[in-house]
Amino acid sequence: MSEVPPGFYLALAGLMFTIGAVGALVRRNAIVIFMFVELMLNAVNLAFVTFARMRGNLDGQVLVFFVLVVAAAEVVVGLAIIVSIFRRRASADVDDVNLLKW
Amino acid sequence: MDLSASLIPGPDYMGLTATIILWPLGTALFLLLFGKRLSTFKVGGREIPWAGVIAVLTLLRSFVAAVAMFVDIVGVELAEGAVGHGGANVENARTFTVHMFDWMQVGGFAVGADFLIDQLSVVLALVVTGVGTLIALYSIGYMHHDPRFHRYFAYLSLFASAMLMLIFGDNLLVTFVGWEGVGLCSYLLIGFWFERPAAATAAKKAFIVNRIGDFSFLLGMFLLVAAVGSLKIEDINAAASGGQISGGIATIAALLLFGGAVGKSAQIPLYVWLPDAMEGPTPASALIHAATMVTAGVYMVARMGPVFLASEGDLALTVVAWVGALTALWAALIACTEYDIKRVLAYSTVSQLGYMFLANGLGAFSGGIFHLITHAFFKALMFMGAGSVMHALANETDMRKMGGLRKVMPITGATFLLGWLAISGIVPFAGFWSKDAILAAAWEQGEYALWGIGLFTALLTAYYMSRLYLRVFEGPLKHDPDVHPHESPWTMWVPLAVLGGLSVVGGAINLPWDLRLEHFLTPVLGEFEVPHGATAWILAGVALCVAVSGIALARFLFLTQRGAELRARLVTGSWLDKLLTASRNKFKVDEVYEATIQRPGHRFAMFSAYKVDAKGIDGVVNGAGALVAWLSDGVRRLQSGYVRNYAALFLLGVVVLLSALILRVGPLG
Amino acid sequence: MSDLRFLDIAIFLPLAGALLIAFLPRSNANLARWAALIVTLATFAVSIGVLVDFEASLGGFQLGSEAVWIKDWGISYITGVDGISLWMVMLTTFLMPLGVLASWSIGERPKAYFALLLALETGMLGVFSSLDLFLFYLFWEVTLVPMYFLIGMWGYGRRIYAAMKFFLFTLVGSLLMLVAIMFMYFATEPNSFSLTDMLATELSSGTQRWLFLGFFASFAVKVPLVPFHTWLPDAHTEAPTAGSVMLAGVLLKMGAYGLLRFAIPLFPDAARYFVPLIIALATIGIVYGAVVAIVQKDLKRLIAYSSVAHLGFVVLGMFVGTVQGMSGGILQMVSHGLSTGALFMLVGMLYERRHTRQIADFGGLGKTIPIFSGIFLFVVLSSIGLPGLNGFVGEFLVLLGTFLNYRWWVVPAAFGVVLAAIYLLWAYQRVFQGPVTDEANARIADVNSREVAMLAPLLVLIVAIGVYPKPFLDRINPAACRVVIQLDPDADCSRIEGVVAPRAHEEDE
Repeated sequence: MSEVPPGFYLALAGLMFTIGAVGALVRRNAIVIFMFVELMLNAVNLAFVTFARMRGNLDGQVLVFFVLVVAAAEVVVGLAIIVSIFRRRASADVDDVNLLKW
Repeated sequence: MDLSASLIPGPDYMGLTATIILWPLGTALFLLLFGKRLSTFKVGGREIPWAGVIAVLTLLRSFVAAVAMFVDIVGVELAEGAVGHGGANVENARTFTVHMFDWMQVGGFAVGADFLIDQLSVVLALVVTGVGTLIALYSIGYMHHDPRFHRYFAYLSLFASAMLMLIFGDNLLVTFVGWEGVGLCSYLLIGFWFERPAAATAAKKAFIVNRIGDFSFLLGMFLLVAAVGSLKIEDINAAASGGQISGGIATIAALLLFGGAVGKSAQIPLYVWLPDAMEGPTPASALIHAATMVTAGVYMVARMGPVFLASEGDLALTVVAWVGALTALWAALIACTEYDIKRVLAYSTVSQLGYMFLANGLGAFSGGIFHLITHAFFKALMFMGAGSVMHALANETDMRKMGGLRKVMPITGATFLLGWLAISGIVPFAGFWSKDAILAAAWEQGEYALWGIGLFTALLTAYYMSRLYLRVFEGPLKHDPDVHPHESPWTMWVPLAVLGGLSVVGGAINLPWDLRLEHFLTPVLGEFEVPHGATAWILAGVALCVAVSGIALARFLFLTQRGAELRARLVTGSWLDKLLTASRNKFKVDEVYEATIQRPGHRFAMFSAYKVDAKGIDGVVNGAGALVAWLSDGVRRLQSGYVRNYAALFLLGVVVLLSALILRVGPLG
Repeated sequence: MSDLRFLDIAIFLPLAGALLIAFLPRSNANLARWAALIVTLATFAVSIGVLVDFEASLGGFQLGSEAVWIKDWGISYITGVDGISLWMVMLTTFLMPLGVLASWSIGERPKAYFALLLALETGMLGVFSSLDLFLFYLFWEVTLVPMYFLIGMWGYGRRIYAAMKFFLFTLVGSLLMLVAIMFMYFATEPNSFSLTDMLATELSSGTQRWLFLGFFASFAVKVPLVPFHTWLPDAHTEAPTAGSVMLAGVLLKMGAYGLLRFAIPLFPDAARYFVPLIIALATIGIVYGAVVAIVQKDLKRLIAYSSVAHLGFVVLGMFVGTVQGMSGGILQMVSHGLSTGALFMLVGMLYERRHTRQIADFGGLGKTIPIFSGIFLFVVLSSIGLPGLNGFVGEFLVLLGTFLNYRWWVVPAAFGVVLAAIYLLWAYQRVFQGPVTDEANARIADVNSREVAMLAPLLVLIVAIGVYPKPFLDRINPAACRVVIQLDPDADCSRIEGVVAPRAHEEDE
């Protein structure tokens, strides 16, 4: 059974990342942006795993764990912020939250 | 030797010096701190405040100590004579240095709080404490009603202490402490009635003008330290007379020191503060601005005589002599037209100080000191006489509103008469002898121009003093009808009487045929040539004639009908009238100073403060701030507040950085 | 010598006090005041121990301690005082209780105020006793923060502007110094921040010049030398009384102290090279500060500019290369701290009574508050250098020292003495003399006992230094001499520079 070449995985990761980045930039709903960010993180995770496989050591895998933990923490904090904003303004639209400027 | 030992009673100079200088200081402190709580007591129906009594007693105590010192020194002199050491040229064994404590000591430079007791300092201490005591006594009566009575006496005591420190200073720095100390007291006393803007301004002016002189004095001290390595007067004088200071350095040092004297003793060009100083209480003027403080410069120049003598080609002495002579003339010219009784006396003081500097400039240092002493007697007398008149006339100072006062104030009138004759130079009053000694010295040295100026000034002196005396005390009564002049209380006339007596006999300390004062001072001040025989008599006669003509002229102008007509007929626009007007305007010296120094100085200060500092330096500083603000104003627009803008920028940044990295390092791997 | 480490205790006692005050209950403002007063007095008492233990005859630093702090980076905790820093420490601990007393009526957030004041004291004491550059820099910056808040929160009028200006000026200077310190650190083998180690490092004269300029930037701003002085009038004017007292009394001295403790010994060649420049700046400062002071309308600004002039004397004395100048400059630092501190306190009292500092608003106060005006005049006289009071000794020695090496510079410098009389006496006349024109001035109260209590020690010291400076000079001289020799190896402290004629009495012998 032939292996899928690593380039495929990387291409997939790149694709996912691009989708995530574009999505995070163009969408206004905070939750959706959040999901796109997660998509980007997972794209990176995929790339890490691929690289680990290619190099034959565990460094990339270790990093994935870091990313997972950080992502989890980020989700906790980020969702909390979003919920709190939603409670105040009855909206999760990030364009409504633009007071912190010049 | 045994005899000398028995005649020197192991003098406690330390204790005496401390008494003379520190008691007045202590009294001053005491009066400043607690004077307000002191009460009064009654003598003969008059209330006498304790504050005044304490001050008088303190000064009397100092005077007694000074007498003890004097007696002791005379005793040493007698003892030396007895064992054959007499004569002027022996090692001066009558000099004592009292070391109180080390003051400043840094590296090779050291000065102590040291005091020098020799003939000169003792004689001056006698004058200061003696006249000081009399004036303090007088002040009890004069300042009687003042609410700040105790403060006045505190200042007076402080002044005495500072003046004595000046006189006894063993090094120039201790002298300088006294020098500035008397300046401070002068400031405090001129501005005693500081509610009056004129008094406050005059006080400030006196201090600042004196500071200009002190600036010069300071530089002189530095130069002497650099040249001699010490500020001890004996060291400096020894180095100067021993030729260790080059003529050029000595000239500069002497002129710088003289600059200090010019400020303190009100000579051209710094005399302008003294007439204004008359804003102070009259007895203070008598003590500070006539008898003692203003003569400090004369004393200092005499004290530092060897430095002046070491000057290249006698340049320093010549400058001193000419400044003195010209000041004498200049001030006398102004005094001739002044109507304010105190200001006439002030200009007269400036003029007489000029005489003293003339003497110093001729190298006749003891002649200068002689005139200093007699002047202290008669000028203090006349100031207090003027004070007595003001006291009687509700503080009137305008001579035009006075006249015939001798009838209502016989003692004041009579004593003033003595002072008038003394300053005018009438035989045998004190002023005659001292002025004659100076003029004779000028003649003897062939300085005929200086002699001429001095003689002409003597004429003017006799004239303006007669003008003052005759206008105030003779003729018909002229004062306002609602004031009732009266003789002053005994506290005031007793000092007048004592000084009147001294004005008569004061000359006896140095009569031309025995020169007792001069011989006494010779170890310190050296000798000077005076004419002998016929020349001396002729010169004295000429001076006397001049004095009499001055008096006669004034009598003619102010007491006779024809004189009054003559004065009334004085043609407007004639040269005499122009001269008189200029004199009446005091030759506009104050105005010139204001226009050339004060106002440009103020403009410069305004320019510095509000242009250079506020606009220039701060402009740069604030400009730097504004530049940053301007830049950030442009950049801050990037901070839109929209999350996706930041995210896009973030992404862009990552892309740029990564591309840069790849372009630089090449593809990863 | 006792075993107690008085110096180190003195440094950290105020910090402990600050922490203590921070935990006091907010409700009782009096507690904070008294705590601050007691802590500062205790610190002063401890510093008396330093003074007593100090051996004037010993050269070099003493009474300090040495401990490794961060070994890998060559950072140590080294303290110690010599005859120069001893007086700076004493000045600080002496002025501090007075500053607390002067702040007695602070109503707004007294806890924070006094805690900051105490933190400031630790910073200042640390600056004067650190012998490790890292430690020094740390304390140096530590002083900045409390002062910033003292001005910014408890100041007057344009306090924010003043606080910002103070902060930025000082910070720009100290960052340049930091760069120079880092350079020195890496140049020292093995890498170390200790002053002793750095002193042993040889540097080329070109490098020295750059590094000297780095230090100089920081110190010149702090002193301040013209033209880096414009933060001072603003900071002084807007600061609360105690802030002004500390600023003038101690913080400015940190600049001058830094020059002679670090800039000269570390970079002697560069210091020599820049001597003409610094003397020129100092002299300009003397005259310029005085001239600008003449026309100031605000009493505090006037005193601030007088500080510029006085500190000009200090720096002038330090760089003329004679021990007279150096000792005089150091003594002048102490004197200036006392007289200017007293002046700021007096103006603060006036402000509390009349809520104005404008000279034009006053007039005739000598009649309404005679004791106050007497004290004011006394301090003014000390400030204009009346012989017999403290200001004169320092000024005279500085000018003398200047004259011995630089004949002509002394002329403008000495003229500053005349100018001082003009600006201070004119101001005195306008405030205290003349008739009482404003009804508000007729009703104000004379000094109370608290105010007398805080002024009296100053007045006593003003006289003491003027009359008997020997105890001060005896301790300063050996340390001053060491710095002079660092600046000019040919200098000989035991003789007077440039004297040609032998002394008369030596010849007699």
